[in-house]
Amino acid sequence: MVTIEIDGIELKVNNGSMLIEAADEAGIRIPRFCYHKKLSIAANCRMCLVEVEKAAKPLPACATPVTEGMKVHTRSPKALAAQKSVMEFLLINHPLDCPICDQGGECELQDVAMGYGGDVSKYAEKKRVVREKDIGPLIATDMTRCIHCTRCVRFGDEIAGLRELGATGRGEHMEIGTYISKAVSSEMSGNVIDVCPVGALTSKPFRYSARAWEMRQYESIAPHDCIGSNIYLHTRRGRVMRVVPRENEAVNETWISDRDRYSYEGLYSADRLTVPMMNVDGEWRETEWDTALEAAVSGLKDVVDHSGAPQLGALIGPSTTLEEMYQVQKILRGLGSDNIEHRLRQRDFSDQDAAPAFPWLGTPLAALETANAILLVGSDIRREQPIAGHRVRKAHVAGAAVFAVNPVDYDFNFALEHKLVVDPRRMTSALAAIARHLVTITGATNPAGLDKLVQSPEYDTAARAIAERLRQAGRSTLLLGASAINHQNFAAIRMLSALIAELSGSTLGYLSDGANGSGAWIAGAVPHRGPGAQAVQTSGKNLAQMQGSGMAGMLLVNCEPDLDLAEPQSTMQMLKKAEFVVALSSYKSPALLNSASVLLPITPFSEMPGTFVNAEGRWQSFEPAVAPMGEARPGWKILRVMGNLFDLSGFDYMSAVEIRDELQKLVGDVAKDNSLAWRAPEAGQIDGGTLVSISDIPIYSVDALVRRAPALQKAQKLLGPGFRISAALARKIGLKDSQEVKVKQGDREARIAVEIDDRVPESCVWIHADISDASKLGAGYAPIVLEKA
Amino acid sequence: MANEVCFSTIDKKIPWSLQTYREQGGYDVWQRVLKQKTKPDEIIAEVKASNLRGRGGAGFPTGLKWSFMPRSAPGQKFVVCNSDEGEPGTCKDRDILRFNPHAIIEGMAIAGYTLGATLGYNYIRGEFWEPYERFEAALAEARAAGLLGRNILGSGVDFELHSHLGGGAYICGEETALLESIEGKKGQPRFKPPFPASYGLFGRPTTINNTESFASIPYILRNGGPWFAKLGKPNNGGTKLFSVSGHVNKPGNFEVAMGTPFSELLALAGGVRDGHKLKAVIPGGSSTPVMPADVIMDCTMDYDSLAKAGSMLGAGSVIVMDDSTCMVRALARMSHFYYEESCGQCTPCREGTGWLARVIHRIEHGHGKNEDLDLLDDVADKIQGRTICGLGDAAAMPVASFIKHFRAEFQYHIDHKKCMVGGV
Ligand SMILES: Cc1cc2nc3c(=O)[nH]c(=O)nc-3n(C[C@H](O)[C@H](O)[C@H](O)COP(=O)(O)O)c2cc1C
Ligand code: SF4
Ligand code: FES
Repeated sequence: MVTIEIDGIELKVNNGSMLIEAADEAGIRIPRFCYHKKLSIAANCRMCLVEVEKAAKPLPACATPVTEGMKVHTRSPKALAAQKSVMEFLLINHPLDCPICDQGGECELQDVAMGYGGDVSKYAEKKRVVREKDIGPLIATDMTRCIHCTRCVRFGDEIAGLRELGATGRGEHMEIGTYISKAVSSEMSGNVIDVCPVGALTSKPFRYSARAWEMRQYESIAPHDCIGSNIYLHTRRGRVMRVVPRENEAVNETWISDRDRYSYEGLYSADRLTVPMMNVDGEWRETEWDTALEAAVSGLKDVVDHSGAPQLGALIGPSTTLEEMYQVQKILRGLGSDNIEHRLRQRDFSDQDAAPAFPWLGTPLAALETANAILLVGSDIRREQPIAGHRVRKAHVAGAAVFAVNPVDYDFNFALEHKLVVDPRRMTSALAAIARHLVTITGATNPAGLDKLVQSPEYDTAARAIAERLRQAGRSTLLLGASAINHQNFAAIRMLSALIAELSGSTLGYLSDGANGSGAWIAGAVPHRGPGAQAVQTSGKNLAQMQGSGMAGMLLVNCEPDLDLAEPQSTMQMLKKAEFVVALSSYKSPALLNSASVLLPITPFSEMPGTFVNAEGRWQSFEPAVAPMGEARPGWKILRVMGNLFDLSGFDYMSAVEIRDELQKLVGDVAKDNSLAWRAPEAGQIDGGTLVSISDIPIYSVDALVRRAPALQKAQKLLGPGFRISAALARKIGLKDSQEVKVKQGDREARIAVEIDDRVPESCVWIHADISDASKLGAGYAPIVLEKA
Repeated sequence: MANEVCFSTIDKKIPWSLQTYREQGGYDVWQRVLKQKTKPDEIIAEVKASNLRGRGGAGFPTGLKWSFMPRSAPGQKFVVCNSDEGEPGTCKDRDILRFNPHAIIEGMAIAGYTLGATLGYNYIRGEFWEPYERFEAALAEARAAGLLGRNILGSGVDFELHSHLGGGAYICGEETALLESIEGKKGQPRFKPPFPASYGLFGRPTTINNTESFASIPYILRNGGPWFAKLGKPNNGGTKLFSVSGHVNKPGNFEVAMGTPFSELLALAGGVRDGHKLKAVIPGGSSTPVMPADVIMDCTMDYDSLAKAGSMLGAGSVIVMDDSTCMVRALARMSHFYYEESCGQCTPCREGTGWLARVIHRIEHGHGKNEDLDLLDDVADKIQGRTICGLGDAAAMPVASFIKHFRAEFQYHIDHKKCMVGGV
């Protein structure tokens, strides 16, 4: 601690902090442009010049470390003269077009100019003009307005970890751009809009649609991933106009992913279901709520009466609110069925009884960045969970070693110290190899059945190195991502990961699907456990079992059966065979119209209250920002009425909060414990074939809302086609890049152009499941045949 | 007393060869140091005693700079030679590279030893192709003679030296921009502190000196610090290379003692062009304030005398202007230079240099306004002391001094829309 004096106020501040931090903490406002507390110091704008006693020149507060006894004047004549002259310089070449600038009203330059600018410009020369640049569908540029603070450049370098924007040219000719014209590809690129102090970088979709002062701001929670980034919804006249981050150091800091920022466009898709609909003799009709609800309830009752409650099931999208999930399971269980499932993309349920009370991250999110070693198991973390990926990157920047056992050599914004990029069929043996080395290193007794799983001597060097580093790290963690959790051998992967975690002293964490994949377990949206992981009398059917046995009646909640499930084909067949299907959905789609009998319009997150539980187990509730669209209603209200119509007790809720409170009281503190006692897992084989397909969900295809956000869809297209094979495999088949190939999987066939990509193992085909022809194909990891077309 | 230090080989048959250099006692100091493992403190004391002040322009005492280097800090450390020589009016380092490259090598090697650096870089101006080749050839000779490399002459001391050709940006002569450039980044100055001595090349402790500074070191250590100091005058040790250009009969580089009267230097350069009178002199390169003839004629060429007279010795780059010179045009040319060469990162310099250049251009072309001179003063004043590096000051100082000393000429341009001296 040192004592300094700013503007006559004595302050005790931390050694090594900069003057501007000390001033900010004391509420003394020093004007600034280039300084940003999350970015490195550039000291280039010179706006923060202040007078420091005994210094010959004014010093930049952002880059001047405090020293004992320092006396600083931020508004003395000398300081003000410096600040005003910098302001004058900044404005001479800045267009004075605030009335047509999107930043107008929320512009740092405009704000500071009010305090430090002159009324009349002495500059009589021509102003600089800079050509606009196209950097993709998300960010609009007006580079003439750029004040060269380089915040965006530093954001890319330091936070996104991709050097996409840079400064080219010298002096007045300096320009910010991509150098070689291209779209920025960072999954967090939109944050440059917030860091840009002027209107040089603005939101392309939002552009010209509203003024800052016309909008209201509502707190909310982002609905796409297991982080639950804190956001603001900005609304005008009952419509969400844009989404911006809401600072929360423990969760998303000051950032949000592009997915969270731009998905709001999907709220106003033409597909929105705004009126209840019923299929009457093969024809869809819009109808009144009463009629629809009665039809829905009596249809489902008929199923129970005629086929028995075990013939009734529910599929719930993992981004459904806690309150809705809890009510759905309460209805189903009230009717006598435990067939409740939210694990829509999971394939292996064999060890579900050994699963933790809820799949948690194993550590607070913020603590991820303090790990010394991180092993990613089956995760393209950047695209699956951008904010968690950012924490991993921070750990890496701070010196952590990051490893991966992955089916594809995903491109990360951090370097992997060792990686095992393996055919998914070898995933378990790769993990077993690591575990085996740990047994040797620690001298632990060799768990029965482990040796049998180690089949791949070629992984040995990397496996040993990973084992050693994890063991030495002190603070280390394993993270299970989507391609582990949704793997055919998930049980074995989980068991081996738990063993590695235990032997190496690491934490084990899950990066679960959706915004409420953790909340789903807490709410009891699984067939074998009630709320708070309480045991049920008899376990219901999980997804695989429902698909296997067929169901007479189904309730779908936030679930698009052709896109949200691991096995779209068999799911569609199951629904077609069912007698009666009710779908609660915010959207209508051909698949829903094809498979449901009644469609009930429920609101998306922006139009209702609710709670998401993130991977840390953090309960985050939000309120509606806008009124429901059309006749759509919050799911909790619909489910409440359905509960009443079913004559079930305990459905007298007056508000969503009551539901949450009831659940909270019921479950108390749900245990956070991912540990697992060893039981030799069966390395269930993925059957035969020489080639296997790896299909993961592209970043902007994870749920109904993002799939309908046009700007994100454009951005996803730019990432390139999604049917990729290695050069070696292409050579074997005799294929060139972009050539069409005949694809067979099961009884399905398609013709698709291949892209050559050496990040894919030779025995695999990497399918981004959104490509239109891919949905004709089957499951995630399944044998596939390629033939020259 | 001329040509005793950096130019001491210049009259020899092949001035740049290792043999020539050795004949005058070159590398003796280096070998002695390697053999005796001279204490670094002793070397620094000798350099301090020489009163050598940095020849890159700022005149910072070299011995003092060396004492700031944390030479026993663990890990890699560097010495870097600044041969970027971009200042308009300066061409002395080029001739050291061409005619006495081994003095630079020996000076850097001794510095490396003294400062605990096993690796050195010589950053050579992009346009200096011939000097670069000369220097590379000298490096090859020195390596072949076992004077560089690992375990030099069995001493256990390592020192390797590489040259790095710049890309042609003036700003890369600024020491921290130079470091960025060697690192492969855009040449932009860093904000100081931290200084290179603690956070330099690749983030490691680094000492940077000018070519002439390094080349003087072997001579200082060969003959002793006091010998060097006595070559000049108190607080201004040694001889110095002066690049005399402009309206003189015999432009060129001259090594003369510090404190030599300006008139003598002018005479060495053959005097002012025949038939013309001296009008003004920029004594230290375009970044230093201009001096009217009568003022400079009373000065001696050293740091203190010129500072007292309101200018600076800079890099010793003397630009002589006779009575045919239009001061408006001269300033317009210089301001355009700084406008083009500003790196662009900090606001006052990026915006201010363009503003200055445009207004002066306007005045020169007969579109000046009455308030323009005050405006120029005001803009120059607003740049000075508020930028990250010295380029901002370098751009501002000529403007202020030209207007101060030749205001009438500027006013004439504004009033009459043409030149007082006879140009357009
Ligand atoms: C804009 C600018 C350009 C410079 N160019 C040079 C140069 O070309 N050569 C040089 O030696 N020093 C140059 N300098 C000075 C260096 O920053 C540095 O002070 C010098 O290399 C230190 O060496 P010295 O102590 O031996 O003088 C420049 C400084 C500025 C601000
Ligand atoms: S003063 Fe000029 S050259 Fe120096 S850092 Fe600032 S903009 Fe770059
Ligand atoms: S905020 Fe300090 S120089 Fe920009």
